[in-house]
Amino acid sequence: MRSGGAARLQVRRRLGVRGWIYAGRYGIDRYLYVLQRVSGLGLVLYLLLHIYETGARLRGEAAWTATMALFRHPVFVFLEFVVFAGFIYHALNGVRLMVAELGWLLGAPARPVYPYGSSLSRHRPWVYALMLLGGVLLALAATDIFALPG
Amino acid sequence: MRKQAAPDSAAATVTLRVFRFHPEAAASPRYQDYRVPAAPGMTVLEALVCIKEHLDATLAYRSSCRMGICGSCGMFVNGFPRLACQTQVQTLGSLVQVGPLPNYPVIRDVVPDLEPMVTHHAAVRPFIIRDEREQEPPTTEYLQTPGELEAYLQFAYCIKCGLCLAACPTVATDPAFTGPQALAQAYRYSADSRDWGFTARRAAVDHPHGLWRCHLAGACTEACPKGVDPALAIQLLKRLALAAALGMGRRRPAPLAPPPVAVQRRPDIPAPPPPIVGASPAADPT
Amino acid sequence: MGESRWWLISLAAAALMVVLLTIHMGLMHLTGLLRATGVDLGDVRSFAEVTARGRSVTQLVFYLLLLAAALYHGLYGLRSVLLEVTPPRGQGLISGLVLLAGLVAFAYGAYVTVRTFTG
Repeated sequence: MRSGGAARLQVRRRLGVRGWIYAGRYGIDRYLYVLQRVSGLGLVLYLLLHIYETGARLRGEAAWTATMALFRHPVFVFLEFVVFAGFIYHALNGVRLMVAELGWLLGAPARPVYPYGSSLSRHRPWVYALMLLGGVLLALAATDIFALPG
Repeated sequence: MRKQAAPDSAAATVTLRVFRFHPEAAASPRYQDYRVPAAPGMTVLEALVCIKEHLDATLAYRSSCRMGICGSCGMFVNGFPRLACQTQVQTLGSLVQVGPLPNYPVIRDVVPDLEPMVTHHAAVRPFIIRDEREQEPPTTEYLQTPGELEAYLQFAYCIKCGLCLAACPTVATDPAFTGPQALAQAYRYSADSRDWGFTARRAAVDHPHGLWRCHLAGACTEACPKGVDPALAIQLLKRLALAAALGMGRRRPAPLAPPPVAVQRRPDIPAPPPPIVGASPAADPT
Repeated sequence: MGESRWWLISLAAAALMVVLLTIHMGLMHLTGLLRATGVDLGDVRSFAEVTARGRSVTQLVFYLLLLAAALYHGLYGLRSVLLEVTPPRGQGLISGLVLLAGLVAFAYGAYVTVRTFTG
């Protein structure tokens, strides 16, 4: 494979899906993006299972009650909490993204004078505020699902 | 990974772990360590120059201006895309890992092939488009207020170094994605009050691998060495695209300046040369 | 119109879901908290409650809207991810398969909802 031969070694350092998990030393927004994506995929899976599972009511009361009894098993109660957590995160972060992707809450373009400011740092307080709200909501949901009688 | 000592090993040294790859050698890519003296203010690019001059002449890198203007020396330094000429070695610790930018093919060693970025950049028609005939040769100037200038000026500082594409998680999986550099430039020209070309530019950005594949991960803005903020430009472009899809927000492009009234040319300034482009043969003075 | 149209519908579906899904999740999963604040809904997941709810027109409209919005938003997002991670060839097939899955799931969900409504 020395020069003159047609074969040249090709190296394409495309990060691939691995780049979602770790690509380098980036800030919080990149990991919120990954979490939004993972929670979204999880919720789609849950949605399809949920649509299928609600069909149990057409097979009569016995089938429905059996299905609901299954969901009282601790494993399913925990999964219910996971779905709830995914929903809270995806919804709150999604509302933030909807607003930001339409160009709001990012600030206006400004001349780049060193040290550079950025739309990300101007937007950061909203990120923290929503994470705080998400934490409160998640604690409430955990109280209901694990502590209070349903 | 063999270690080689720099000539001046008495000074404080730093180890550069450099990505080595030669397309015509059968060997697969590897990292090679070099020890170089680290003086205060020394940049990663200067360290690479030191290696090439004193330790290993086979090392290949790309650089030109050494001052953050040309965008040639983008590299992946200690887990972050940076311009080698603007990154000081002493801020990086005793081990500095230098590789080519991710998400690009590698030409050799730490030299990436920026062709994917250039292709997408050209596709978004990065120039002023008017619906009437371009002023060629120019007869007068377009009027623009300072406010209209501020709307796009930040994004005009792009030096096409390609760091944002190396940072972008969508580019990491989707080579067809238009990418932060091209999308930011699409906004830079579409937001220019002299431009009337978003309709012409729209097909290049509003497709299944276009601007809607940006999910605001913000890595492009973090990586940009010139403060251009591509993430902001892309979100503003989304607003523009939605407004266009809903038939809203159309504005008239900037007007031409009216011809000067009662202004006399200073006698000591010579007349301009005759136009070369677009001049009719009859106007040819020869 | 290009891709903007599909993304805009997904955005509208998301906005609708923020309202509808919050109500749905709150009523179905947070009954303990509601009881603690004095609103006792009973066993919302019992067969009698489910069938009784399903006979109201409000619930019918609510569920059909939620079903359509959730499926569109979810599957548009799934398609986005798939378009980003698969090679360019054959992506029309991916969009087609996702659309088909959405239509089948909507048909089944709507059938269950309407059958519950008619009794």
